[in-house]
Amino acid sequence: MSSMIEIYRASAQRKQRGLLAYIALIAVLVYVAATTTFDGYVTNILMQAVTYSVAVMGLTVVLGLCGQINLAQAAFFGLGAYAVGLGTVDYGLSYWICMGLGLIVVLGFGAFLGTSTIRLGGHYLAMVTISFQQILTLVMINWIPVTHGPDGVSRILKPTLFNTPQSYLAFCVVVLAVVGYLVWQLPSTKLGRAMRAVRDNELAAGVTGIDIQRTKVTAFAICALLGGLGGGLFAGGFSYVSPDQFSFAESIVFLTMVLLGGVASPIGAVIGTGLLILIPEWLRFLKSIPGLYLAIYGLAVILIVLFMPDGIWGFVVQRFKSLRGALRLSAELPELTLVQTQSHADDVLVVDNLAKHFGGLKAVDDISFIVKRGSVHALIGPNGSGKTTTLNVLSGLYTPTAGAVKLDGQDITHFAPHERTASGLGRTFQNIRLFRSMTALENVIIGVERPGNPVDHAPIALEGRARAALNFVGLGDRADELVTSFSYGHQRLIEIARALAGNPTLLLLDEPAAGLNSTEKMELRDLLKRIAAKGLTILIIDHDMTLVSEVAEHITVLNFGRRIADGDPVSVLNHPDVVTAYLGSDANAAH
Amino acid sequence: MDMVFQLLFQGIGIGSVYALVALGFVLIFRATNVVNFAQGEFSMVAAFLMVIFSVDLEWPYWISFLLSLGGMAIYGALFNLGVYFPLRHRTYLPVIISTIGASILVSNSTLALYGPQPQVLQPLLDFPGFNIGTVYLDAQYLLIIGLTVVLVAFQYWFFEHTLLGKKLQATSQDKEMASLLGIPVATMIMLTFVYSAMIGGLAGILVAPILFVSIHMGGTIALKAFAATIIGGFGDVAGAIIGGLALGVIETFGAAYVSVPYKDGFAFLVLVAFLVFRPQGIFGERVAEKA
Repeated sequence: MSSMIEIYRASAQRKQRGLLAYIALIAVLVYVAATTTFDGYVTNILMQAVTYSVAVMGLTVVLGLCGQINLAQAAFFGLGAYAVGLGTVDYGLSYWICMGLGLIVVLGFGAFLGTSTIRLGGHYLAMVTISFQQILTLVMINWIPVTHGPDGVSRILKPTLFNTPQSYLAFCVVVLAVVGYLVWQLPSTKLGRAMRAVRDNELAAGVTGIDIQRTKVTAFAICALLGGLGGGLFAGGFSYVSPDQFSFAESIVFLTMVLLGGVASPIGAVIGTGLLILIPEWLRFLKSIPGLYLAIYGLAVILIVLFMPDGIWGFVVQRFKSLRGALRLSAELPELTLVQTQSHADDVLVVDNLAKHFGGLKAVDDISFIVKRGSVHALIGPNGSGKTTTLNVLSGLYTPTAGAVKLDGQDITHFAPHERTASGLGRTFQNIRLFRSMTALENVIIGVERPGNPVDHAPIALEGRARAALNFVGLGDRADELVTSFSYGHQRLIEIARALAGNPTLLLLDEPAAGLNSTEKMELRDLLKRIAAKGLTILIIDHDMTLVSEVAEHITVLNFGRRIADGDPVSVLNHPDVVTAYLGSDANAAH
Repeated sequence: MDMVFQLLFQGIGIGSVYALVALGFVLIFRATNVVNFAQGEFSMVAAFLMVIFSVDLEWPYWISFLLSLGGMAIYGALFNLGVYFPLRHRTYLPVIISTIGASILVSNSTLALYGPQPQVLQPLLDFPGFNIGTVYLDAQYLLIIGLTVVLVAFQYWFFEHTLLGKKLQATSQDKEMASLLGIPVATMIMLTFVYSAMIGGLAGILVAPILFVSIHMGGTIALKAFAATIIGGFGDVAGAIIGGLALGVIETFGAAYVSVPYKDGFAFLVLVAFLVFRPQGIFGERVAEKA
């Protein structure tokens, strides 16, 4: 047994060795690029591969990490290229200033397009990006006084510092290496985890405290930025740009590059880009028949999507997964602590005359109840009684028709889901919503990263707390496995650990016993008692009467959207209206 | 004033073509929940089939016309089998990409076979058109508008009043339930692709004498048809038609009064405006998020 700190140190050393090896490799490549005099043809191919790779890594971020489509990467690439081209040729500005201005412009457009993702998913986003691409192409061709029209911009200057093709190529390789490193690291940062969470399960991401909109806009802005950066480098490298280099077809080329190589990793981006630049050179003989090469290319796109969904690098990683030695050390973990909020008001949750109507249907009609600090409160009712609607209003997925919700004295009625989480609301889902491409540990780390969580946010502390939370629910030794390898019952425990790790003021459990077998239900009951013993306030919604009567100190009963009883378990469960609601009245029984 | 009527007439004519292609879009979207980015190639392929039969082989016009539509039925079926069907259980993203791949494959194969030179197709009618006052009504435009009206009426009748139409509707609304009720869902989707390819093809044949037959005709038409569906309200049949007509008119007036080079840009500007300010379109309802 070793301590968390030792484990962390071992993993940090391993990462450091990896980084040193990477730097050494890049140093060799830069040395080769800077000292070897290639002929012009080879230099051009290398230059194209390096600058395109930077842009393709943008797609690794937006498509691979965040799951959003962008069919306008060539437009961003073009904006960067024109900024450098027009700036240095027409306005006599320095290369660096042009590059900086170009990146600002691209970032602005990227963020603008990104904001359209707030309201529009999938196909709409695809369409918005295509429209942007088409409009930009039209402007490049037709706004002749500024863009030089179809002739393009020629005699673009390289920066004085890297004035020879070799030194400029070496400079581009360094930029690519830095970008590659950052993109490689991104998935294990807070931002990267948020992007993956949004991609895996948008609803759960919001409820665990991730600002979905900001995450998507950021992903888009990063993608655009890398597109513009690649374009700026490209313009300097080729000294000539024209509109047809940045058409919709080129956007598709970028997309195909990232798909062919594999969207999950920057290595995939480099492989895909390299291959799609080299293959056309090998297939040059096909170019005698116009269209033939592109036709083969289109066919290849379909075949890749059909048979290699994870791209070349994804395919390789799958094959060699078992060979990679995992860092497995068992650690003595500290006991999970639950920090309570500063406020000591007795009422944690106040639901005041809450109503939610769907057209004429009053799913929830004028419900009030109060959850006391440190209690386990149950909300029960037969099917269709309005339990789930109440829960969805409480967690911010529905806006209430009337009424108010106060959490720890704060009015949260109109908060978005992630804002409620920041105010101290934690929840689990009836149909489990974990981030399926991540390990149990990563899922719980996202829980620890809840905004407003009063714990240390240093990486080692994050991981320690996440492991402690998993240990608390009894899954500490399987923390590094993918969530999909856990049984249904265990996935539910991971969800509870994710919520606990965020130190909620109130824990909402939506039918935690649903789908569990009797042994798992007993384990769940014991776990709930252990959580309650730590003083956490719990609101549990369930059908399971045995579970509810054993753990709850206070029960609120709903039927047909109205509250029909409220009080301690014994009196509530003997309440005549409750008995009627659950078992039917004598009049019905007589039939 | 005559100028306005003249432009309106032309706008509605070209808008009818967008509406027909948009109709095909919507049908496939409703049946499969994916957007077919190779929809425009349906029109392009049909126009080239027409060139093969009536120009190269010099077969009679009406026989060529029927053969082309028949060819489109086969093409729609093959398209479904090769591009959509194997991916039906995956998310929308691979399907979008695979249809984009198909679009590149088909248009460039055509380029390899026919070269970049646009082909000329004779109008369907010998009779050129006539004047009402000073407004010239071109016969081809009249034919397009007339056939669009007939086809829309047919489609309404088909979906609302025939068993097959109801089965198709059931499939598009809830595939699982439809299959539990004994509706062969895979066959229904196949039929949707076949029908969609045929009306897309019809639009292509109709517009060919106006636009020339080139490998680029598909892409332009498809993007505008897509814009039309968003303007009308995604997934809404009436919306697609109104959206298509509106787009044709806006574009024609834009080209006449604002700028010719940016003619193709108006569609996208209108599209972006709609996406930003009214993403549910003219007729669409906002779909509530499921918890």
